[in-house]
Amino acid sequence: MKQLPFAITLDPGTSLANETGSWRSEKPVFLDRIPPCNQICAAGEDIQGWLYHAEEGNYKAAWQALIANNPLPAVMGRVCYHPCEDACNRAQLDEPVSIHSVERFLGDEALKHGWKPEFEVEPSGKRVLVVGAGPSGLSAAYHLTRLGHKVTISEAGPMAGGMMRFGIPKYRLPRDVLDGEIQNILDMGVSLRLNTKIEDIEAAFNQDGYDAVFVAVGAHIAKRVDIPAHQAGRILDAATVLRDMETGEEAPQLGRRVIIYGGGNTAMDVARTAKRLGVDEAMIVYRRSRKEMPAHDFEATEAEEEGVLIHWLRTIKQIDDTTFTVEKMAIDENGRPQPTGEFEELEADTLILALGQDVDTSFLGEVPGVEMEWDGVVQVNDQMMTGREGLFAGGDMVPSERTATVAVGHGKKAARNIDAWLRGKSYSAPEKHELAEFDKLNNWYYEDAPKTQRPQLDIIRRQTSFDEVIGELDEHNALYEARRCLSCGNCFECDNCYGVCPDNAVIKLGPGKRFEFNYDFCKGCGICVAECPCGAIKMVPENN
Amino acid sequence: MTEQSSPQTVKFYQTGTRTVGNRLLDETGRSVQASTKRANAITSGHRACQGCGEALGARYALDAAMNACNSQLVAVNATGCLEVFTTPYPETSWQIPWIHSLFGNAPAVATGVAAAYRVKGRKDIRVVAQGGDGSTTDIGFGCLSGMFERNDDVLYICYDNEAYMNTGVQRSSATPPRARTATTQAVGDAPGNVFGTGKNLPQIAMAHNIPYVATASVADLNDLEAKVKKATAIRGARYIHIMVPCPLGWGSVACDTIRLARLAIESGLFPLYEAEHGAVTNVKKIRRQVPVVDYLKLQRRFAHLFKKGAEDTDSITAIQHMADFNIKKFNLVGIKEEKTK
Repeated sequence: MKQLPFAITLDPGTSLANETGSWRSEKPVFLDRIPPCNQICAAGEDIQGWLYHAEEGNYKAAWQALIANNPLPAVMGRVCYHPCEDACNRAQLDEPVSIHSVERFLGDEALKHGWKPEFEVEPSGKRVLVVGAGPSGLSAAYHLTRLGHKVTISEAGPMAGGMMRFGIPKYRLPRDVLDGEIQNILDMGVSLRLNTKIEDIEAAFNQDGYDAVFVAVGAHIAKRVDIPAHQAGRILDAATVLRDMETGEEAPQLGRRVIIYGGGNTAMDVARTAKRLGVDEAMIVYRRSRKEMPAHDFEATEAEEEGVLIHWLRTIKQIDDTTFTVEKMAIDENGRPQPTGEFEELEADTLILALGQDVDTSFLGEVPGVEMEWDGVVQVNDQMMTGREGLFAGGDMVPSERTATVAVGHGKKAARNIDAWLRGKSYSAPEKHELAEFDKLNNWYYEDAPKTQRPQLDIIRRQTSFDEVIGELDEHNALYEARRCLSCGNCFECDNCYGVCPDNAVIKLGPGKRFEFNYDFCKGCGICVAECPCGAIKMVPENN
Repeated sequence: MTEQSSPQTVKFYQTGTRTVGNRLLDETGRSVQASTKRANAITSGHRACQGCGEALGARYALDAAMNACNSQLVAVNATGCLEVFTTPYPETSWQIPWIHSLFGNAPAVATGVAAAYRVKGRKDIRVVAQGGDGSTTDIGFGCLSGMFERNDDVLYICYDNEAYMNTGVQRSSATPPRARTATTQAVGDAPGNVFGTGKNLPQIAMAHNIPYVATASVADLNDLEAKVKKATAIRGARYIHIMVPCPLGWGSVACDTIRLARLAIESGLFPLYEAEHGAVTNVKKIRRQVPVVDYLKLQRRFAHLFKKGAEDTDSITAIQHMADFNIKKFNLVGIKEEKTK
């Protein structure tokens, strides 16, 4: 034993011998919570995940992370109704992060620089037929390719894109953007056969030898309504008008005054298209009020800004050449429109019906096992498979909210299920993490930073041209927007836990590796939990 | 356009500089505490209570000082919580040269240490003296005033937790009015500590016209580190007063330590400022102002003010007046004025 000085009986030692972890009754644990944006995204994007890379200015990595879930960011960044922004926790601090415009910025950067999806996979040797080149079909083809399968798309129409091309006007989605992102998918080795209508599904399996088939033919048939007409003027439907804008030799002839009947997004699109084609008056007639309309509020606002007149609470009762008799309606306590017996007259040369669309799935009628609703909507199980083994369906033709984003999500989900089925397994989605609500955050630590406004096209040009209405963010603004992300529920390595621990019981593992607790010394005070900005730590009872 | 505008740089870093670190900033822009190379002046295994503000504040301050003087630092420690919980013989948590003095003479011992190094020609070695509010505002007050008056080359840091916590929460001259302590029980007509005339040590230090005086808080790390760094570089007597909440003595939950320190700043009860040679030179503005009630309600030492049906509104109003007085005196609310060049 070492000789100790006079009157000293023990060696001086470090307090590391005193493991204060034994004091603890509760302990902190790191966790990942799902941010509200990711939770609500119908395309299943890891929004926070790609914003994380964008925050560093690493746009290519951000784009690769984005397209792991959604192959069409430049399209989505324009046409998606971005429920993620409605859910964004930052809205409770100042304004939501402009996720939509950062997504578009990343999509446009990729097209500008010619970035290609990076992935590695062993070919499975399986072949899959996708019927329909709309958002669902393209998404399914893309994800199936990433999973190692060989995909062929059959499209009945002359161009790929489905409703993204034939339903969404150019001023919202420029065609070079759409074409660019479709080409990216085809460049991965997907074959596309245009003008090829599939009539016999069984033949695809039996004669062409496909291992699985995914149908996503959309909903193209315009709904009709009976209106008494003594001498009807020109009546068109919205789907046809928008389709003719793409395929027709010349623009549809609408006359000087147009009535659009309906209150959905398509009605707004058609009215705004009519304005751009040069009609003097574009009027929307809708049976309920603004509060009940299915269109998004900003679409109605933009339409009104461009000079579209909206007649709320009106139904068309009778048509006599160019004279339309409309009845005023009133909303009852159940939110339903009721006739009032008061009438007005409107003058118009053309009526365009925008009352929604039905599906045409008659070609599936002969397939054994396939079940349909009265309106042709096809039933699928939770694996997105129809009653016929190996036949999957998605998009507008199955029960769902009919948006491009939902369709893209269907494509991904179907691809995962088809992949599992082809490998003799069944796909089960990983368990969802708990939600990162606003009250889980310590918002003190976030800088005050309101949202960046995107430039809008001058109103005269909006009324007269098909130029894109909403402008893009420049790089500086996109970076700023990305950095407004609060990273709800997931560690972004701010070092707070490492700094605020009075007991040095947090171990910093280095960039990208996050942190660890040293439970030998953690006393369980919970300061790290209280001061974590993003709610990525929680206290749990200590098991003794 | 008359001249070409320079390319804009993004100045916004998600959390700004409020957090300890920030992956978007380069290493030099982050706090000392964010670094794995920090001195960790007080290492793990010390016996401070759960959520101790003083253990945190002392490590913040000393790590910053170590960083600022190339680790050439000696710390003199008065008796008190900090000394007791770090050095129960034969263990020590100190990872820097450290000496324990008596309760009342830390400033004088530090003066001696500084004098010894001066004699030895070691200008590079910096001396810190530290103590709680008891040793600073009561027991060592005479020695401290002497150290100021002689302008000895010592940085004195007071960790203010507003009572004698180590010995069982007895009142000190830094205990706020109406706070319940073991010696000012919440009984009688005027429960808790009395409304005295106050003993404001940073103001007293300023009255000595010493080169540097500052207040700091565990709720604002970047501000605290900047002040310690600045103080370490100055020669002569310097004083930093750091607010360190005490869960045990204040009757607060352990995880609220930093939150309480933050509320003290945001309510105006604990103003953050710097003074040089007796004049205030810099003030930290309140960011999100709160009433003092938000701060008081989280502490059981003030629970008697909020007794159901018998709220002590007079006392609460009087404490609010103290905060309002600070806000006015230090101009804590409003737009920061441009510094004159």
